[in-house]
Parts: sequence; structure tokens; C-alpha cells
Amino acid sequence: MQFLRNIFDNLRPNFEEGGKFEKYYKGFEAMETFAFTPGHTSHKGAHIRDAIDLKRTMFLVVIAMVPALLFGMWNTGHQYYLSIGELTGLGEGLIDKLIFGAIRVLPIVVVSYAVGLGIEFAIAIKNNHSVNEGYLVSGMLIPLVLPSEIPLWMVAVATAFAVVIGKEVFGGTGMNILNPALTARAFLFFAYPTKMSGNAVWIPQESGMAGVDGYTGETLLSQAYNAPTGTEFGTLAYDAAGQQYGSLADTMWASFWGWIPGSIGETSVFAILLGAAILIFTGIGSWRIMLSFLVGGLTMSLIFNAWGANSFMSVHPLQQLMMGSFMFGMVFMATDPVSAAQTTMGKWIYGFLAGFLGIMIRVFNPAYPEGIMMAILFMNVMAPLIDHYVVEANINRRLKRAKVAA
Amino acid sequence: MPKNVRIRKGADIKLVGAAERVKGEAPFASSFAIKPTEFHGLTPKMVVKEGAEVKAGSVIFFDKDNEHVKFTSPVSGEVAEIVRGAKRKILEVRIVPDQEQKFEQFDLSDLSSTEKVKTVLMSSGLWPMLKQRPYDVMANPQLKPKAIFISAFDSAPLGPDYDFILHGEQDSFQKGLEALSKLTDGKVHLTTRGGSAADATFTQAKGVEHNTITGPHPAGNVGIQIHHIDPINKGDIVWTISAQNVALMGKFLITGKVDLKKTIALAGSEVEKPRYLTTWVGASMKSIVEGQIKAGDNRIISGNVLTGDASSADGYLGFFDDVVTIIPEGNEPQFLGWLAPNFHKFSLSRSYFSWLNPGKKYKLNTNMNGEDRAYVVSGQYEAVLPMDVYPVQLIKSIMTNDLDKMENLGIYEVIPEDLALCEYACTSKMNVQSILRGGLDVAKQELG
Repeated sequence: MQFLRNIFDNLRPNFEEGGKFEKYYKGFEAMETFAFTPGHTSHKGAHIRDAIDLKRTMFLVVIAMVPALLFGMWNTGHQYYLSIGELTGLGEGLIDKLIFGAIRVLPIVVVSYAVGLGIEFAIAIKNNHSVNEGYLVSGMLIPLVLPSEIPLWMVAVATAFAVVIGKEVFGGTGMNILNPALTARAFLFFAYPTKMSGNAVWIPQESGMAGVDGYTGETLLSQAYNAPTGTEFGTLAYDAAGQQYGSLADTMWASFWGWIPGSIGETSVFAILLGAAILIFTGIGSWRIMLSFLVGGLTMSLIFNAWGANSFMSVHPLQQLMMGSFMFGMVFMATDPVSAAQTTMGKWIYGFLAGFLGIMIRVFNPAYPEGIMMAILFMNVMAPLIDHYVVEANINRRLKRAKVAA
Repeated sequence: MPKNVRIRKGADIKLVGAAERVKGEAPFASSFAIKPTEFHGLTPKMVVKEGAEVKAGSVIFFDKDNEHVKFTSPVSGEVAEIVRGAKRKILEVRIVPDQEQKFEQFDLSDLSSTEKVKTVLMSSGLWPMLKQRPYDVMANPQLKPKAIFISAFDSAPLGPDYDFILHGEQDSFQKGLEALSKLTDGKVHLTTRGGSAADATFTQAKGVEHNTITGPHPAGNVGIQIHHIDPINKGDIVWTISAQNVALMGKFLITGKVDLKKTIALAGSEVEKPRYLTTWVGASMKSIVEGQIKAGDNRIISGNVLTGDASSADGYLGFFDDVVTIIPEGNEPQFLGWLAPNFHKFSLSRSYFSWLNPGKKYKLNTNMNGEDRAYVVSGQYEAVLPMDVYPVQLIKSIMTNDLDKMENLGIYEVIPEDLALCEYACTSKMNVQSILRGGLDVAKQELG
């Protein structure tokens, strides 16, 4: 790799003070440190430092999203073939489905990264601060929470909005209040609701092609929402081709593996749990938030079960949690360390409330049968308040101790 | 009541090059130095000029704010050079020793009262061994601390083993403790490592409160021990002193001579034969490391790898340091270092493969392993700080210079070494210790 090192060393003078491209130093630095972990040594304090840095952290989060991305690509293809009545078996046409999905999904990923990183670099150069690695994760999260049929220009607009309004106006990664990827999704949801919800957005459609008989493209969530009172959703649920799953167990099976319509990366509980395992094992994702989020969602589902005013309330709790964005939100969105609560106690409260409110909004909201995004964004806003009270309690303990001693 | 504390948070970083338990002797150094900068907040007032002849125990300078606190020469010889920095700040006073050592003789005939003990400690130059909390400054002789704390072990990576160093120093240690107990109306706390047998020097010490603490580093940090045994509240004063300095103090109080010969550990992956050496306070680093150091670009640290000061072969052993650590410099860039498997690197998280082999000892270098960033990851500091303190919030309050918050969040209870592991663990590579030092200085200035 010496030749690459030489290239950077030769280019460096141009970007350093007095060089031709002095202004672009931060951009150069980002590229250089990406290629080579710098030989910076400690000057103050601890002489040795942990091997972990933000690049490794973010890279591992991206790795954790890869199962969901790959599955999402396959599922995009699978849903398409299901809707046209070809290769309907799960095992059939693996490569065809993957290629079809990749053609749909990868451009979204590319647009998200290109726009997001472009803005990040531009702002870093303008404000002369280092390019933060945070967007490596956001740039992957954004495609995974969108329907595969989203127009690319919308991805670009939403990404720009998320990076600028969601993050940079607050001072960049580490300073933001809201999760940038969810900001992008919320922006699209309110700006272009017809492209973010309904029955037409989840499954790729090619013009002039009619779906098979019974094809609807409806998500399970929407089916559960629309199920007539008194019926049991689990037994009535059907797939993209209109084929009924037959029993609650079969519906849950399909939801767990994820061959159902939905946002690109959100359908497969299995793929998401693989990601969760990576995040928890490496210590990068907070298991406390995930666990309390799960418990929160479960609690609300059970409360709704007990209430049982309509069939959506009566959905089996596990089925409730395996539909929609719940799992993805739990593993990848709520755990964003910057926008989540930062104290240990705060994480428990934050996670629980986010899961609890997520299911509550999902079931109560008449306009849109998904509430996880709203709940997490709401809890992002509340997280500093939660932390404030947790820290306040620590301060009070200290004051009390001083009084007892005095 | 003695306390037996168990902590879970923290981390033991296992490094190559632990000092073997054999005692060698470092050659008598050809140069010694006292560094006023080591005593935080001190403004030195010189007493001697370059060229003056001094004995071991002769006054070199004193504290401008408290002229009774003297700083004395560790050896007899000639004041060779007063090294000054910006604004003529005194950085080092170098002394070239005589071959034959001559000692000032101090009068110890009457040590009955607190005042007399204080006077003799101050005039002999041993007083500065006492550190004061809050703020980690030299003990103020006009105050009376609520307690004095001594940690009988060092849990830092490659830290010295006081059970070994002070083996057989029972009399000196006991004498030192007796003097210390005169300085406080409260208790003198001696804390040993729980679950293992300490040396008789510690276990048979009288007139002290014997506590134990069990758990990973920073269990041996006296600050952690104070927090769990008798925490510092607003307005409290606590003094601390290292175990070896108690023995040196005791030895002085027995002989009346300032004889600062002590044992240090020479450790680290770049030391040929890591072991213990006897040397003197203020000895030149050259006398300690010459011939002991492996080839290559190395960093010589006076102190341990987490809290020590970078030194060099031209430097001097720090006044408070009982270990010299030598590790490789890490100034080589690494291609795609964030992506490579890096089996040779160690991480407290499982983002590298060091979890595969928990017993493995690492040869870590001084590379930062990343660049400075804003805080992104949470929960890292808390995992290695066994205190009921919110470290990130405290550090942020210092960054924003919010004095009320610093006070409320417990700045009285911590000193930089307590947060050294937080600094080690930080993904965003914050210089936590120097930030905290800055906060302590602001707090001291504003709150007194």
C-alpha cells in the first residue's frame, strides 16, 4: 500500500496551509484517514488508547445492517414475482429475485450516500471541521426504511433535509436531537404520503403489467388495521398474491422471516435480529434500549389485547411486534446513541416508552397504521429531559449525603 | 467500621512487560532534578542559586503561598542548573551529586504535637508528599483533613506491587502512619486488595482503619476507595499519600535524614528485563533506563501508561512516580486500520478480536487509534468508572464552564487519574484527564 501512501503524501502539501487547495483540507483529511488510520500519538493523558474509533463503530453498524439489506433486495424481487405470479415459491429464482431487487434497491442506497456525504463534505469544508463518520450509518438506514418504489429524487430531497435540518443545523453528528434517518422518513411521510403509505408503494410494478388475481400489495399492518371487528387477523392475513396464510402461526412465520410487503429492510425479523446480535455482541448497540423497547411494545400490546375493542387491538402480541417497523426501529433507530437517552437509567425509560408509545400510536392513529417512527422521534425529543431527571437524582443523592454527613 | 468494598465496573488492561519480582539496583545517577511543575498550583521561590553546594535535605525552594513548605534536595551536591520556561517559570532544578553523600540532620527530639510533626515534615521537604482533595493539590498545612487515605496497591496496567516494594519496611511504614495520624482528627484509612493476602507491612499496621476493595482497575486508585469508604462532600478536605511515601516519611522520622532512596518498577514491552530497581527520588531517567531499553522508537513514561508523564532519557523520575514504563511509539499510519482485523490491538468493546483471548497480554503503543470527534457513543465512561458520578455530564459541564453543574455533579470527588480509564476507552478520543484538570483548576479558583 506504499504507492497509495505516496499519493497521499504527494498530495498533502497542496491541502496544507499555504497550499493551492488549503480550503479543502478537511475533505482531504477525511479521505486520507479513511485509507490510513493516522499515526497520531497521544500527547496528553493516557498514553495508550482503546483500539476502537468512530470509523470502526460505524462500520460495524453498517455490517449489522447488511443482512437486512440483502434480505430486502431478495424480498423486493420476491414480492414482485409473487405479484405477477411467477417464481412464487420461496426457493425459486433466488438469483433472479436478488438481481431484480438489487436493481431497485442499490440506486436508492447510492443516492442516499451520494447526497448525504456530498452535503457532509461540503459543510465540513465550509466550517473547517472534520467529516464525521455518522453518515455512513444514516446513509444505509435511510434506504432500509423506505419502500422500494420510492422515486430517487425524493430520496435525494429527504436525505438533504435530514442531513441539513436534522443534523447540521445543530452542529453535526453528536449534536443532533433527532435521528437523521427517521427525520428523512418523517419528511417523506408528511411531504409525499402517497409514496410512503398505502397499497401501491411496497411492491415494484411495471407499467402495463397486471398483477395476478387477488393481488393487492397490502402490508400486514394495513390488513390488521382494516380487519373487521370480531375477526381474527392472524387467520385472515394474506400475502402479496392474495394467498391466505391460513393460521396465526403461518402468518407469524412469514412475518418472522420477512417475505411480506414492507419497507426494504424492515420486513425480516430474522435479518434484523442478526444485526441486533452483532450490535449487542460488539457492545456498540445498547441492549438496554432494545430490551426495554421490546418490553414496552409487549406491554402495550398486552394491554390492547385485554381491552380488545377491535381486531387490531386483539392481534397477538408477538405478531404485533413482528409487523411494520417495530423490530427495525428497536434495533437500529432507537439505539442511535446520539439521539437516545445517554444515562443507563435513562436508556431503560427511553426504550420502554418508545416501544410502548410506538404500539399505542400504531393502534390509535386513524391516518396511518404505523407509529414506531413517530414514537422514536418523540422520545428523541424527550431523551434529554429523561437524562436531566436521572442526573438530577444523582445530584440530589449527593446533596443528601452531604447533609447526613454534616 | 472497616469496609470491604466490591466494585464491578472498570477494566484490567493486560500488557506485556510486567516487572519481575526481583530487586536490582540502578546506578547512582549523575544528575538529579526537582520539578516544581509536578506540584500542582505551586509557585516556587528559589532559595539557592546555581553553583550552590547543598546537602540531602537542604532547602532548594519554598512555596510562595506558604513559606514553611520547603522543597529540599534529594541528594548532596551542587546546584548545576535552574531550567526555566516561558515567563521564566522554573521547570527543573538540576543537581549534580557528590560521590560521598552528606545529609542535613533534622531534630526529631520532640514529635509530640501535631504542629511539631508538621513543622519537621515541612522543613525537611517531605510535606509535599501529601496530596489534598478536592482538586488534587498539595496538602495545605493550615487545614485539618477529615481523613487520610492510603492505597496499599496499584491496580493500573504494569503498576508497581507495593507488597513487594515495601516488604520488610514495616518499621518505617508504621512510623509514617503514626505521624499521619497526628495530622487528622479523623481516621487514617489503609486499603488493601480484597481476596489476596497483603504483605505484613500492611496487614500488621497499627492505628489505621483496614479496608479492602475487590475488583478491576481502578480499584487501587485512592479516589475510588475514598468514594466508597468515606466520600468527599462539599467542604470536606481529604489527604492522600502513596504507600511508599509513607515509608519514606517514616524512615526520615526514624533517622532524621532525608534519604529518598526508593524502589521503582521498570516495566513495559520495550524493557529488556522488566524488574524492580532501587533508585532515588528525582534521579535522571538515564540512570534508570540506560542499557535496559530495546531498540526502536519508544516512549519512556514516568508513571504508568494511563496517567504517567512522557519523559525521555534526558528526563528525570517524577517525585510521585513508583514506576517507569517503556512502550513503543505508534506513529506509523496503518492502511485501512479501521477495517483490518487487528489481532494485535486491544479493545474493551468486542469490535476487535481481543475478546477471543481474554488472558492475552498486549504490546500496545501510543497510537491514538482514531481521530478526535464529538461525543457520539454513550455508556463507555460509565462502564469503567466505579463511582456514583456521571462522567460524561461532568466533562461536558467543564467544557461549557458551568461551575454550578461541576459542583453538583461531584467534581470534588474525582481527580484526573480516576477518569484515566474513561479517557482510554473513549471512542471520540477526548483528552478527559486534561479537561478534568482544567475544570479542577477553574473550580479551585472560583470555589476556593
